[in-house]
Amino acid sequence: MKEKAVLEMKNIHKSFPGVRALQGVDFTLCEGEIHALMGENGAGKSTLIKVLTGVYGKDEGEIFLKGKDKAVAIHSPQDAQRLGISTVYQEITLCPNLSVAENMFIGRTSGVCQNWKKMNTDADRILQSLDIPAKAAQQLASCSIAVQQMIAIARAVDMDCKVLILDEPTSSLDEQEVEKLFRLMRDLRARGVGIIFVTHFLDQVYEVCDKITVLRDGKLVGEYEIKDLPRVKLVSKMLGKELDDMSDIKGESKPYDKDDQSAPVFEAKGLVSNAGIKPFNFYIKKGEVNGFTGLLGSGRSECVRAIFGADRVLGGTVKMDGKEIKIGKPLDAMKNGIAYLPEDRKVDGIVGDLSVRENIILALQVLKGFLKPFTKAEANKFAEDYIKLLGIKTASADTPIKSLSGGNQQKAILARWLLTDPKYLILDEPTRGIDIGTKIDIQKLVLKLASEGMSVTFISSETDEMLRTCSRLVVMRDRKVVGELSGEELSQSMIMSTIAGGDK
Amino acid sequence: MKSIETNKSNVSGFFSRLVRRQIFIPIAALLLLAVFNLVTDPSFYKITFGYNSAGNPVLSGYLMTILDSGSELAILAIGMTLVTAATGGQDISVGAAIAISGSVILRVLCGTNSRPETLQAPIIVAFLVACIVAMLFGAFNGVLVAYFRIQPMVATLILFTAGRPIAAWINNNELPIINEPSFGYFGGFIPGIPVPTPFFIAVACMIIIALVLRFTNLGLYTQAVGINESSSRLNGLNPAFIKFLTFVILGLCVAVAGLIKVSRFSTINYSVIAKDIEMDAILAVALGGNALSGGKFNMAASILGAYVIQFLTTTLYKFNVQSDALPAYKAIVVIVLVVLSAPIVREWLSGVWKKIRPEGHGKEVA
Repeated sequence: MKEKAVLEMKNIHKSFPGVRALQGVDFTLCEGEIHALMGENGAGKSTLIKVLTGVYGKDEGEIFLKGKDKAVAIHSPQDAQRLGISTVYQEITLCPNLSVAENMFIGRTSGVCQNWKKMNTDADRILQSLDIPAKAAQQLASCSIAVQQMIAIARAVDMDCKVLILDEPTSSLDEQEVEKLFRLMRDLRARGVGIIFVTHFLDQVYEVCDKITVLRDGKLVGEYEIKDLPRVKLVSKMLGKELDDMSDIKGESKPYDKDDQSAPVFEAKGLVSNAGIKPFNFYIKKGEVNGFTGLLGSGRSECVRAIFGADRVLGGTVKMDGKEIKIGKPLDAMKNGIAYLPEDRKVDGIVGDLSVRENIILALQVLKGFLKPFTKAEANKFAEDYIKLLGIKTASADTPIKSLSGGNQQKAILARWLLTDPKYLILDEPTRGIDIGTKIDIQKLVLKLASEGMSVTFISSETDEMLRTCSRLVVMRDRKVVGELSGEELSQSMIMSTIAGGDK
Repeated sequence: MKSIETNKSNVSGFFSRLVRRQIFIPIAALLLLAVFNLVTDPSFYKITFGYNSAGNPVLSGYLMTILDSGSELAILAIGMTLVTAATGGQDISVGAAIAISGSVILRVLCGTNSRPETLQAPIIVAFLVACIVAMLFGAFNGVLVAYFRIQPMVATLILFTAGRPIAAWINNNELPIINEPSFGYFGGFIPGIPVPTPFFIAVACMIIIALVLRFTNLGLYTQAVGINESSSRLNGLNPAFIKFLTFVILGLCVAVAGLIKVSRFSTINYSVIAKDIEMDAILAVALGGNALSGGKFNMAASILGAYVIQFLTTTLYKFNVQSDALPAYKAIVVIVLVVLSAPIVREWLSGVWKKIRPEGHGKEVA
């Protein structure tokens, strides 16, 4: 083991059925350092964390901890805690209706009796020493999210942890709260705690971290000192495209015509929703394919959700074909010819127990009205047509959609929206988690629809997919629109440098 | 020989398909009870023709009792199925709500005098007023569940507790008695027709719900909301309103059941009327193989489930089980039925069937 290292993971392998989530990943954490674990969605960050915390068992590899001469075995989260590895998750995992002190000591007392007074004074002492603005006797729910987050950290620290894992702790905090959290993290660093920081916010990595480990497709890309890895390089490492050999993929889409004076099909000005995005402007013209790009959590999904009325719209004006409209709920958007394929297929897309047929006709049926159900023959015809057209592999139209594979579920949801014959189609991550063949099918379909006059907004985590299909990209960072690229500017390197926010 | 074989495999194929069908559960339960009664005492199925005290021709016998007494439960099962499907929860206030709507009917019919010589209002008016009141109480539950997002059981607990006192208050805690014989038709017999009226009312409700499910999207919408609320919203549905609507529909069912109940006795006992019927209604939904956590539902199976419960109750009465002890016996039978209908057990049963089948087939060939 290296000197000063508190944790060393060596050659970690982990497979799930059909996926090799981790392939020989090494990871070293030294004491008194904040170490960012970076990677795109699906790179293996959370799998690595879960192996470390005993949620998953590893297939291969060894984990060493400081002070233990042999490799340690971690079979459960309790094991991990006993060994001094604590995790604070994105969602608060404390009990909101208990007091702060109870939350800090829950599950840790030995014996039956509980000295409440001592517990409260102990808790107050810890809170004070960490400079956390909370009282021991206060109910947890009365603290702000940031303070709750800090209390979760305090609990971890008090359990004598040597390794603290912070899994996206900042995603629900505002700027000032993030600042407070960082102060606490620096304080802990000074005490010698090794911190693993998982986040999607690049700015925060550069503000608080010492080292970065980058994962991609379950493999280790490398470990870097923060000063050796400028932002653009980090983004290129995460995406797996070297800057030098960035031969731009030729787009098959028709180039964006800057001089086109025609009125946009859809236009939004100063649109803002309750999902925490900054107001943004956006438009799309007839037959255009454009996209929102940015790292996960940059607000690209929230933008399209605001357009569709999926989140509560707080302000801004929206025009369809030049006429001002009001979109307060999804049905308003649908009536104006907007369709939206949501990012999370399971949660927002499929209606699992219903049949493929019912899932396909659902949106059109809702548009048609409560009192006008399609006849069985009509519904069957719609379903059969689209099953054939999109090549949906299903035993029959009566099969519950949940028993289909991910790609075929996605095709069925796509069929649902195509059936409504929209003027403007929004596809949020339509190709995530589906096989390569279906991916290409969907990309081709998007281009074909656009050539027939449909406007399409396409969001994907894979940049080359965006470059292939989109003629214009809106770039987002930290929930703000930070740039727009079209024509010659459409290249991996430009996207990366815009995402990274210039060469800081 | 060959034709016999295919015939056989068709039969067993049909059987294993049936086992996996949802409606299999209440059908199997019904058959079980029917066979039990047939073995122990075939006279259970005897139906006699006679005249009742009013001189009307009537059919009587245990089967008629089941068809008669099961009516309210079957009607309630319709509404309860919809509420369960859309909200993934149950309304436990239907018994209390029946007391309220029954009390309203009597109040409108009696006016200020609790023992009127003549009806103070047409029965249809009283019924319509009761419908409105019951739907308002349903709407109250619906608002709590759909818009304030209170758990259905907690939200309806309010009316469960307050309903019977409200029913008593509506009639100033008096016990009105209706002397008008035509009011008794709804819970008894229409002169000249030997089949009890509640059965016809229940059938009418079944036909109406069948038509509604056929000619509107109520079924699709409630199921979609119950399965995946978030996805339903993104498909343009208004999940809160649909949940609300199911409670209002259940309110309507309550009013109909309330009319039958008060008509049976031409009076009301606030603390006893429709007591514990909510639990039977929920049980009917469960016996129909519908998930109490909401989502997909099978209306026919629920209604059948209601008659299974009545079949069971009547069977127990026939064996002279004391009415106090009845729930205990019922509970035992229900446990057996529910365990048998659990997906795990059904999987296992159909696996066992598959194992048995090839053996039998082999013997036949040999």
